[in-house]
Amino acid sequence: MSISYAEKIPNNVNLSEDRTLQRALEQWQPNYLHWWRDMGPDGSQDFDVYLRTAVSVDPQGWAQFGHVKMPDYRWGIFLNPAEKDRKIHFGDHKGEDAWQEVPGEHRANLRRIIVTQGDTEPASVEQQRHLGLTCPSQYDLRNLFQVNVEEGRHLWAMVYLLHKYFGRDGREEGEALLARRSGDQDNPRILQAFNEKTPDWLSFFMFTYFTDRDGKYQLCALAESAFDPLARTTKFMLTEEAHHMFVGESGVSRVILRTCQMMNELKTDDPAKLRAAGVIDLPTIQRYLNFHFSVTIDLFGADQSSNAATFYSSGLKGRFEEGKRADDHVLKGQHYKVLDVQNGQLVEREVPMLNALNEVLRDDYIKDSIGGVDRWNKVIEKAGIPFRLKVPHKAFHRNIGTLAGVKVAPDGHVVSDHEWNMKVEQWLPTDTDRAFVASLMGRVVEPGKFANWIAPPVVGINRQPIDFEYVRFN
Amino acid sequence: MSDFAPVDYQTDPSKYKHWKLAFDGPVATLSADFDENAGLRPGYKLKLNSYDLGVDIELNDAINRVRFEHPEVRTVVVTSTKDKVFCSGANIFMLGVSSHAWKVNFCKFTNETRNGLEDSSNHSGLKFLAAVNGACAGGGYELALACDEIILVDDRSSAVSLPEVPLLGVLPGTGGLTRVTDKRHVRHDLADIFCTTTEGVRGQKAKDWRLVDDIAKPAQFAAKVRERALALAAKSDRPANGKGVALTPIERRIEPDALRYPHVTVEIDRAKRTATFTVKAPAGAQPADIAGVEAAGAAWYPLALARELEDAILSMRTNELDIGMWLVKTEGDPKAVLAMDATLTAHKDHWLVRETIGYLRRTFSRLDVSSRSLFALIEPGSCFAGTFLELALACDRSYMLALPDDAARAPTITVDEANFGLYPMATGQSRLQRRFYNEQPALEAVRAKAGQPLDGAGAMALGLVTSNPDDIDWADETRIAIEERVAMSPDALTGMEANLRFNGPENMFTRVFGRLTAWQNWIFQRPNAVGEKGALKVYGKGDKAAFDWNRV
Repeated sequence: MSISYAEKIPNNVNLSEDRTLQRALEQWQPNYLHWWRDMGPDGSQDFDVYLRTAVSVDPQGWAQFGHVKMPDYRWGIFLNPAEKDRKIHFGDHKGEDAWQEVPGEHRANLRRIIVTQGDTEPASVEQQRHLGLTCPSQYDLRNLFQVNVEEGRHLWAMVYLLHKYFGRDGREEGEALLARRSGDQDNPRILQAFNEKTPDWLSFFMFTYFTDRDGKYQLCALAESAFDPLARTTKFMLTEEAHHMFVGESGVSRVILRTCQMMNELKTDDPAKLRAAGVIDLPTIQRYLNFHFSVTIDLFGADQSSNAATFYSSGLKGRFEEGKRADDHVLKGQHYKVLDVQNGQLVEREVPMLNALNEVLRDDYIKDSIGGVDRWNKVIEKAGIPFRLKVPHKAFHRNIGTLAGVKVAPDGHVVSDHEWNMKVEQWLPTDTDRAFVASLMGRVVEPGKFANWIAPPVVGINRQPIDFEYVRFN
Repeated sequence: MSDFAPVDYQTDPSKYKHWKLAFDGPVATLSADFDENAGLRPGYKLKLNSYDLGVDIELNDAINRVRFEHPEVRTVVVTSTKDKVFCSGANIFMLGVSSHAWKVNFCKFTNETRNGLEDSSNHSGLKFLAAVNGACAGGGYELALACDEIILVDDRSSAVSLPEVPLLGVLPGTGGLTRVTDKRHVRHDLADIFCTTTEGVRGQKAKDWRLVDDIAKPAQFAAKVRERALALAAKSDRPANGKGVALTPIERRIEPDALRYPHVTVEIDRAKRTATFTVKAPAGAQPADIAGVEAAGAAWYPLALARELEDAILSMRTNELDIGMWLVKTEGDPKAVLAMDATLTAHKDHWLVRETIGYLRRTFSRLDVSSRSLFALIEPGSCFAGTFLELALACDRSYMLALPDDAARAPTITVDEANFGLYPMATGQSRLQRRFYNEQPALEAVRAKAGQPLDGAGAMALGLVTSNPDDIDWADETRIAIEERVAMSPDALTGMEANLRFNGPENMFTRVFGRLTAWQNWIFQRPNAVGEKGALKVYGKGDKAAFDWNRV
C-alpha cells in the first residue's frame, strides 16, 4: 500500500522530496496512530471534534478550523521560515553560522535534549486521557482534545528532528517515544512530573497553566539554539503552546469566578458550605496552585548544573529571549544568586552564571507565572472578596537541587519537620481535597451547558457561540 | 592536598556516611546512598552517587565486615537507594581539584578494592551481584564490572556507560577498559563505540553486547536480583552457621613521625626520607585449633597483623608522599611464625582461616603496587620465616647480615609451605615463582631447604637475598645503598620498580595496574586533561576543552 505522506502530512519541509524522512515516517506513522488509539483520549476515536489544524506557518495557515475525527487529524511538520544567514548569537560559537546539520561533537547532547522534550508531549496526552469522561462542558472537552492533538503534533515535530538528523539512533529514539507510558512502573516517561496522574479538571487547568508554561520556557530556550532546525521547529511549537496556557489560565479563572459567585450568593467563605453548594473553595484552589507550581519549577532542574553550562556554551540551548538581553551572551566570569540553606535560614549565594542557567530560566518562568495569578486575583477582587491567591516561595516543596527536601513554608520561612507535618494540610492538597474535587467531576456534554463548579467562558472558540456543537459524539 | 588532615582508612558502619549495609540470610545488600555534602575534602559535592576516596574507604571496610563478621553471607548485592541513579563514578570536580599524586593514589586504592571483590569471589566464595537500578556511569560501571554478575534495570532510560574519553578526556581507569575486554569479552569494535558514547548503552543492546548479564523490567527487577543472588549463593561454600568475628577497632597510636600498632611499627626519618616498617612475630601462646582461633577473634594474630599492616601501608602511601623508601624489618622468634603458618595451612579451608589468608594476600599485594622503594633489612633478632619471608620477597632488594664469627647471633631466613602459593601475587604466581621466573631447578633447590633456617651464605646460595654483607661492611653498605636510592628520580623509580616487580605472566589484574594505570597516569599529566583548558579542568563549567591535536 502506498500512502502519499506529502499529502497526508501537511508540511513545509519538502517531505515529498526527502527519501530519508519518508522511509522513516513510513515505519513510524502507523505506530504513532496505534499509540494514539491505545493511549489517546479514552473513547473519543469516533467523535467529530471542532479542531484547529495547522496547514502552513503563516497566520492564516495555522488556524484552520473544522470538525475532524482525531485519528484523522492531519499532524503536520512545520518549521518557522528560515532566517537567511542566521548566526549563532550566544556561547562559544557566537558569530558563527547557525548549524544546518548536527555537529558530531554535540550529537549526544542534542539528541538528549530533543528526546527529553519530545517525551513530555505524548506523556501529557497519556496523563489526560481519561479526562474526557468527566468534562464540565463540550467547550472544555473540545479544548482538551485540541491540547491533546497539538501535544501529538509536538511529538511529530521532535520525531521529525530525530528522524531527519540523527540516523538510526534517531529512529530508535522515535520508537521509544511511543513505547514509554506515563506512570508505567516498567516503562515510565523520562521526567517524573509526567508520570503523575492528572486526575481531575482542576488539575488539568493547573497543569496547562503551570506545566505547559514550563514547556513554553524550555521551547523558548531551544528556539535560540545554534542548531537551526531545532530553533525553527520550537519557534513554531510556541504558537500552539500559547493556546494550552490560555486553556489553563481561563479554566482556573472560570472556576474562581463560579466560586466567587457562590460565595456572594450564599454570603459565606466557609469551605464546608461552599463545598456543600458544589463549588471549589478558594483555599483548596490555593493548595492546588501550591502543588502544581512547586512541582513545575522542579522541572527546570538543579540550581547548579554542569549540563546547563555545557548546553549554553556549546550553543545548544540559550536563555529565554536571549536576543533581547544586553550582555555579552558568553557569560564567562559572571555570577548569579541561588538559594541555599545555612543554619536553618535561606540565604543567597553567588555561583557562576553558566552553572546557574537553570535557575535563571526558572526565575524568568516565575515572573511570568505570577502574571496569570494576578489576573485570577482581579476576578476575586471584582467580586468584592478579600481573599488573594499567591504563588508560593520558590523554596517551597522542592525535590530537585539544593533545596530538595528542605522544609520551607509557602511564605519562604524554613520550618521544622514538626511544623511542616502540622501544617502541610493547609499548604498542599489533601486526599480529602482531591476526593472532593473528584466528586464534582460529572460529565456535562449538552451544548451550552456547564458543570455547576465552573462558569461559562466569555466567548466561544473561533468566534462560535458558546452553545456551538464543538464535539459531535456520533 | 597535603595541607589537610591525614586520611584515616579506619571506619566502621556506625560512622558510614555513604553506604548502607543490610543482611538477609545468605544475601547482604550494600546500597550506595552517598551524602553529597560529606566529601573527604572541600570543593565538591558528591552528587548523583559520585564518589571520592572517603566513599571507597567505607566500601573497603564494608566488604571486610561482610567477609569476617558475616560468614553466612554468600552474595553481596551492590545497589543504590537513589532514584534512577546507581552510581555515576568518581566525582569529576574532586578529580579536577586534586593533585596528580592524589588522583593516582585514589585510583590505586579503588582498583585494589575492586580487585578485592574478584579476589573474594575466586578464593573464598563471596559472590557479588551488581543490581544496577539506575544510571551507571564511569566508575559506577567499573564497580559493577568487578562484580560476578550485572543485572541492569530495563526502564528505557537507565544505561551503563564509560563516558570518560568523550566527556573528560581521560580513561575509565579503575579497570573499566580492561574488564570490558578481558573479563566480559565485549567485542573490541563494540567496546570502541561503547567507550566513546557519552550516553552509554541500555536495555537489550547492553545485554547483546555483553555489557551486562541480564536486564529486568522495574516490576521484575527485585525478584530477578533475588533469584540471581540466590543462584550465586548456591555456588558458595561459606558456612550458614559460622561464628562471625567482630572487627573491633585496631589499636593504633599516631605520632608525628611514627605509627605504632601492637604488631607493626612504622618510624619515619624525614631527613633521610625513609620509613622503617617493623613487623613483630606472635609472642606467647597462640591457638592451634579452630576453637582457639574463633575465641581469639579479631585479636587472632594473623588477622590483627593483616589489619595493622594494611592500615600502615595505606596511611603511608596517602599521607607521606615524600617518604620514598620503606625499609622492612621483622622482630621475634622465627619458630612462632612457622607455628602460625602451620595453623594457617592446617585449617586453610575453614572459612575464617581462609578469609584471614585472603586478607594477608591482599595486603601483601598492596606492597607490590606501592610506589615506594622497598628494601628488606634482615638483621639479628629478625624472623623472616614463611609468611614473614613474603615481606622480604616482596621487596626490591633484601640485605642480610652475615656474622661469620657469631653463628649463634646471625640472622636466618626460613622457607615454608606458605611461600609456595599461599599468597599469590596479582600475576597468580607466588613471589618465589616470580623471583625465579618459575624455573623449576631453582624452585626445587629452595623447596629442598624448606623448614631449615638459612644463614646469609645459605640464602645467597639459593638466590633468596640480594646481598649478605658481613658486620664490617653492613653499616656502610646498607647506608650507601639507601642514600643512593633515595637520591634518584622518584618518577623513574616508580616506573622501574613496577616493571621489575611485575615480570611474570600478564593477566587482567596486571593489565589494570600496568597497561591501564600507566596510560591513565600519563593522560592525567597531559595538558589535554589537566591543562588550564584540559577536558578534566573545564568539565561542568561551560568551557570547552582546547586540545593539542598532535598525536603523541
